[in-house]
Amino acid sequence: MAEKKKKIVKTIKVDVDKCNGCRACEVACSAFHSAPKYSGNNPARSRIRVIREPLRDIYIPVYAGEYASAECMGRDKYVIDGKEYEECAFCRASCPSRDIFKEPDSGLPLKCDMCQDDPTLEKPLCVQWCLADALTYEEREEEVEEDVKLEDVEIGLESMIDKYGWEKVMDTVSRISASKKG
Amino acid sequence: MRYAETGFNLEVDLTRGNIERVATDPRDTELYLGGLGTNAKILWDRVPPETDPFSPDNLLIFSAGLLCGTPATGCNRTIVSTISPQTLLMAFSMMGGFWAPELKYAGYDKVILRGKSPNLVYLWINNDKVEIRDASHLKGKGAVETAELIRHELKEPKAQVAAIGLAGENRVYFASIEQGRSSASRQGIGAVMGDKGLKAIVVRGTKDVNVAKPAEYMELCNEVLKYIKFRNENPIPGVMPILAGLGSPQEMKVHDEKWHTENFMWGNSRVRRKDFWNDEIARQWAETLDTMRTRLISCYNCPMTCGATISPPGLPTYMMKCFSKLTYTMAAFSDLEFGLGIAQSATEYGVDGFSTPQVMAFALELYENGILTDDDFPGMPADNEGRFRWLLDRIVRREGIGDVLANGTYWAARQIGKGAEEYAHNNIKKHEQLPLKLSMLNPIYFLMYSTGEKINITQIEGQFPQAPFFTVEEREDFVRDWFQVPDDKFKQILLDWEPRGEKSMPYYPTVQMCCDIVDWQERMHYIDDALGMCSGLSSFPLKPPYHIHNYPKFISAGAGIDMDEDKLTQATKRYRTLVRANNIRRGMRRKDEAPPQNHWKKRFPDLEKELLDTYYKFKGWNEQGIPTKESLHELGLDYVAEDFESRGIYSETENPSSEILAEAKNN
Ligand code: SF4
Ligand code: SF4
Ligand code: SF4
Repeated sequence: MAEKKKKIVKTIKVDVDKCNGCRACEVACSAFHSAPKYSGNNPARSRIRVIREPLRDIYIPVYAGEYASAECMGRDKYVIDGKEYEECAFCRASCPSRDIFKEPDSGLPLKCDMCQDDPTLEKPLCVQWCLADALTYEEREEEVEEDVKLEDVEIGLESMIDKYGWEKVMDTVSRISASKKG
Repeated sequence: MRYAETGFNLEVDLTRGNIERVATDPRDTELYLGGLGTNAKILWDRVPPETDPFSPDNLLIFSAGLLCGTPATGCNRTIVSTISPQTLLMAFSMMGGFWAPELKYAGYDKVILRGKSPNLVYLWINNDKVEIRDASHLKGKGAVETAELIRHELKEPKAQVAAIGLAGENRVYFASIEQGRSSASRQGIGAVMGDKGLKAIVVRGTKDVNVAKPAEYMELCNEVLKYIKFRNENPIPGVMPILAGLGSPQEMKVHDEKWHTENFMWGNSRVRRKDFWNDEIARQWAETLDTMRTRLISCYNCPMTCGATISPPGLPTYMMKCFSKLTYTMAAFSDLEFGLGIAQSATEYGVDGFSTPQVMAFALELYENGILTDDDFPGMPADNEGRFRWLLDRIVRREGIGDVLANGTYWAARQIGKGAEEYAHNNIKKHEQLPLKLSMLNPIYFLMYSTGEKINITQIEGQFPQAPFFTVEEREDFVRDWFQVPDDKFKQILLDWEPRGEKSMPYYPTVQMCCDIVDWQERMHYIDDALGMCSGLSSFPLKPPYHIHNYPKFISAGAGIDMDEDKLTQATKRYRTLVRANNIRRGMRRKDEAPPQNHWKKRFPDLEKELLDTYYKFKGWNEQGIPTKESLHELGLDYVAEDFESRGIYSETENPSSEILAEAKNN
């Protein structure tokens, strides 16, 4: 059974009216998550994506959420203030139905980790780099039921299993480990 | 491993439909940096001076700057270089937006195009997959429209598109290349793209760009960001609002246009309207801008929002920046509503927002003065605004008189004759300039106008205040935190500089000081154009976040090239000289280096001669403006000296090649 625990809930408030579409948030995120840190730059690896259609005045920074093994049964489509947004525009999932929030080479899912770092950053990097104040950071304390949290490796593996099947992944793992040993 | 750059260029032969990915020599990066620097080297090596701009042998180079794709704020410039149909010299026009970083992420530093495609095509670069695709269905489509259609047909909403409109297709000499919220407009590079049968270059990239010393580099970027914040909160006191902040001129934000409308010229750069601005106009124009402007927008990785999306009633939305806000309005003696409306067509057609309005005003001036007649304007509406719209349509289609006007005021005047040359009065090196006419010679601007090879004054000026401060306190205040100066002597010049009296223009700053100031301003622009930095955060505004002291660190930590201020200054001098070498080889000489005759009312011929003589010497050029053998040797450019020698350039007496080319073209 999960038990009650105090937890800091971290929120990034997105004010789309203030977004100017510069994608500095993507730049900062991709640099932060490269290894070694800041060595590589590639917005396609960013955990935040700006959906940007200037001619229709659409600017939505979306954060990568959970990995979804299968796509939804149906789709959503929003119309706000007369602007029609593309399907699933606001969805944060790394999902088989689309390219967003996946590593460009491996296809592994990406997820915003609020810039987990040691020492902890004062604010997530995308927030720091958004001088337009479209992104603001808030923390609050809440009582929650603690869930068992999946490690990155587990999430990655799970997605591989979904994609290639259990056996194929196991086979590959044992083949690689054999060749590494040999 | 290559840092900051990818180390690969794409070579595209449009005649044969051949595409190659070619590794570049890292030594060239050390010598010429990247962007404009290496473009100048490629043009020198591969485009001999006999090459006509519309020859298949002319190259059209799209280059990302050396640091594009890294987190350096505002580093997003694409530098497009070719031979200009208008000036017949080396053209290099820059555009912001989103294209250059995307090219880097696709794995290339440059796209080098040669040959001509028999049918209209576009180039689709998707990481390693590069293809030439048919564009016949896009013929005649607007530049913005084209970008939307291509993204849609490729199902690539994130692809970046640089496209030409009808003007480029029809080789209008002032056709632009449009991209995102930006454009590369000057010197007719859109015409060269059209001549090559290339409608657009579309890029999507998802690869990494690496930096050499990650932590150090990020620290530098953070410092810049912090300083931008500081400068945004602390505008410079005592200067005009437009000069007080960072970024490109903030035309999309300001409502108060008293300064522009009363100091810049109206019509064909002739009429000054000193009492134009009043409350009623201010109210009307503010209302126009407020209703048409949807949002302020930025280029890639930059907070400055220098552009805006504009939605004129009944017309599609487009993106605008800078002074094109007023150029059409003022050329037509009209209002902002007209200006923002016609700029929508102009953006779709893809034409330069400086030259185009002036060309149209020039045509109407010729008409009013009987040099052109009703026969030249069949079907032209009677109302003023209608005429401008009608003329724009004729020009981009090259129909009737539009075919002549499409060559710009310099060439059109020659074709029309009958004294039309008098009316093409605002050109330097055959190219239309900002509509400015002033009273007394400014020696600093004299040198910049004369010797600038970037053609646009805004791409040469910056760094040093345009006018002296009135009080000593203001001056002391200004120099207090002026750490961007390469040398403290610049502070002293500013402290001593008076609005009138002994230490005032035109004799103060002294000739030697003017040389130093111009050299500094020019150097910063050339660095930006190699690194791909927006001049709005660097060479253009006062007290910018990027300067000669932090640039070497950016290059060292970013590209992994060991750099210091001297080495950077020397490298910049090297490719700046190479730009000049390209132009000298194409016939540019001292006689071409002059501001429009009527730019200032009060001129000082002796002083002007001394200024040019001294500056040439200071730069290592001879009295014709040709880099000397010694200075070329010092820069490691002996190959240029040898070429000059073999062409007899050092021993010539007259008639260099551009004149010959120009005459051939006129016949
Ligand atoms: S950094 Fe801010 S303004 Fe820029 S795209 Fe991201 S959210 Fe929008
Ligand atoms: S909070 Fe950190 S991990 Fe999440 S999107 Fe922003 S920069 Fe990326
Ligand atoms: S300063 Fe303005 S023009 Fe320059 S990169 Fe930023 S938004 Fe673009």
